[in-house]
Amino acid sequence: MFEGWDAVVLARAQFAFTMSFHIVFPAFSIGLASYLAVLEALWLWTRREVYINLFNYWLKIFAVAFGMGVVSGIVMSYQFGTNWSAFSDKTGPVIGPLMAYEVLTAFFLEAGFLGVMLFGLDRVGPRLHFFATLMVAVGTLISAFWILSANSWMQTPTGHALNAEGQFIAVDWFKVIFNPSFPYRLVHMVLAAYLTTALVVGAVGAWHLLRDPHLAGPRVMFSMAMWMATIVAPLQILAGDQHGLNTLEHQPVKIMAMEGHFQSHKDGAPLILFGWPNQAAGRMDYAIEVPKLGSLILKHSLDAPMAGLDTVPRENWPPVPITFWSFRIMVGMGLLMMGLGLLSLLMRFRGTLYNSRPLHMFAVAMAPSGFIAVLAGWITTETGRQPYTVYGLLRTVDSASPLAAPAVASSLIAFIIVYFVVFTAGVIYLLRLMAQPPHHGEEGPRSDVPARAAGITPAAGAVAEGAAR
Amino acid sequence: MIPIDLPTIWAFIIAFAVFVYVVMDGFDLGLGILFPLFPKKEDRDVIMNSVAPVWDGNETWLVLGGGGLMAAFPLAYAVLMPALYTPMIVMLLGLVFRGVAFEFRWRTTRERNRWDIAFAGGSLLATLAQGIALGAILQGIQVSGRHYAGGWWDWLTPFSILTGVALVIGYALLGATWLVMKTEGELRDRAYQLSWLLLVAMLCAIGIVSIATPFLHVQYTHRWFAWPNIILTAPVPVAVAAVTVMLLRSLANKYDYQPFFLTLALFALSYAGLGISMYPYIVPQSITIWQAASPENSQLFMLVGVAILIPLILGYTAWAYWVFRGKVKAESGYH
Repeated sequence: MFEGWDAVVLARAQFAFTMSFHIVFPAFSIGLASYLAVLEALWLWTRREVYINLFNYWLKIFAVAFGMGVVSGIVMSYQFGTNWSAFSDKTGPVIGPLMAYEVLTAFFLEAGFLGVMLFGLDRVGPRLHFFATLMVAVGTLISAFWILSANSWMQTPTGHALNAEGQFIAVDWFKVIFNPSFPYRLVHMVLAAYLTTALVVGAVGAWHLLRDPHLAGPRVMFSMAMWMATIVAPLQILAGDQHGLNTLEHQPVKIMAMEGHFQSHKDGAPLILFGWPNQAAGRMDYAIEVPKLGSLILKHSLDAPMAGLDTVPRENWPPVPITFWSFRIMVGMGLLMMGLGLLSLLMRFRGTLYNSRPLHMFAVAMAPSGFIAVLAGWITTETGRQPYTVYGLLRTVDSASPLAAPAVASSLIAFIIVYFVVFTAGVIYLLRLMAQPPHHGEEGPRSDVPARAAGITPAAGAVAEGAAR
Repeated sequence: MIPIDLPTIWAFIIAFAVFVYVVMDGFDLGLGILFPLFPKKEDRDVIMNSVAPVWDGNETWLVLGGGGLMAAFPLAYAVLMPALYTPMIVMLLGLVFRGVAFEFRWRTTRERNRWDIAFAGGSLLATLAQGIALGAILQGIQVSGRHYAGGWWDWLTPFSILTGVALVIGYALLGATWLVMKTEGELRDRAYQLSWLLLVAMLCAIGIVSIATPFLHVQYTHRWFAWPNIILTAPVPVAVAAVTVMLLRSLANKYDYQPFFLTLALFALSYAGLGISMYPYIVPQSITIWQAASPENSQLFMLVGVAILIPLILGYTAWAYWVFRGKVKAESGYH
């Protein structure tokens, strides 16, 4: 299947494959955990039944998605060693502690309180249960903090030095953690997670409203999701623009690839809307471009000079076609999301939010847009920083394990087969859960199990009884 | 004597994380290994439900073990992982199958059997791979410079197969005694019978591995049998014998809690024996903990977090176990 590929390319393919599968689950569960916390808070505050029904409905979905995120995440934590041992040896002293802190402050917090969140309402009572839900939600955000810090340090390394063994060592931990691209990446990714979740929630709500516009649960979730899309999508575009300017400052070559700027422009670079990047020839074929708009967006001046890839040695070029196109896919999704948000706002003012079939169909079609945008965004930032793992300092080819190609190829094939079998089944189960509308007296995951076991206090039981009614 | 410096402290922290992993995920994987012996759906539901609220936390210790190793001893992580390439990949894939089975088997009636097989097969594969990895580390790994220098089948030897099988038996015993503690009636009776059988098998396994290990390297023999080391090492087999007697009595008396915790004690002693054999190497006979250690400021930076967070983690983990304490009732199924 992979004859003729060298071990490094195979290891990169494996990382890209396992990472792409993994990232969609955390992206979804970061947003969903926060959404669940909001639903439970609204339920505790208003005691309206619709909120606890929605909470239990999305909790079942969360359990399945979170499980898939956990198992695909364990794979990632070992992949650094199996396929990228030279990288691990050299950068372990710097990014290892960041990942260790992720485990200590986030993974344990999520895992420790997840059981209570999923099965414990009847056992601990609503207040403590809400605390558990909050801890899971906070845990997902702390996790994003550390892993994005580690990733950002690889993109824009600061606060480090090299020791005699050729390892990176930290000189200033604050500078390592809060490296220049980290704040932008963190905001951009967390907003992306929230948008991704909102679009799924909105699509599920819309799907059920298309069948019956009077269902209470779908109305509430659709309205909440559309508020998110209306408010967060424009914020995300703003955050993305700021992130782009930060990248221009610290990783200009990545921007050249994203923009498809093979040539330098002394007096104003065009904005290339579409085209076919010809990496071998070093030019953009079939370009459709707007003169000087590129300089206006990136430098806020029509005539600002912009350097192109012709100023960079060829061996330092990232793969331009992938970077160029994945960036356009991400931006396209972002604009569609903003369009959905604005359309829903219009319908809301018109009072047809729950009856507009075109809006609902649009929302259903947008269900996967968040995932597509997240994947496209990560592909942009990760291929755009090639050929380095630590930007400008450690090349990807010098990062891999001393493995023979057949070993990496076999494990890659195993991952592909297992992931397709397992995650296809998982997605089918998720869709099956979503195909049912939330109903009166919605139950959580295996809600009856703890209720009949020992150790329940009568008070908590009574409250839970009341809650279930 | 053992010096008290950062690499030593971190060696103990990593060893602790791995041991907590074995304590917590051992019975968890053991339940999967025993799954085929409990064909009734009701029994399987109970077995699953007895760990469903905590399995995720249990596996997090494995992530801490791996992540902590990369952070505190990056050279060891960089050498061991490629050396154990195949067992590691098999373990990860096994964990994928068993992990998703916890959720998936409740989401389908038609395919439940398939996910039961995934749970059992995944647990067995992951355990076997962990045991083989342990054996492969003990028997020594070829290193040149800062890289693994062996081939990608070096891990496969009779000794590593032996440790693989031994761990399967050990985890199965943990699983059986966990069921004794957490279940009732017929299911508990089956678990008792299995505990007897598995205990005998585990004692044989401990015996064979203990006899085989000193033959791997002359250093191991020296560590265990040379004067004056033997004063410090002799109590380990004596303690194993004592715990075994207590375990047999607790099984004969049909106690609920003792068999599980005494089995853990047996694991702790075997683990201590392992530590005695390996110290101060982190990659036996080639890399010591001082050679593999990250710079002081990395280890110190993490130590602050570990000192504060590990007690906190143990606290809320204990709380989660406390919330779901007691027997899982046979009639409480899932609908």
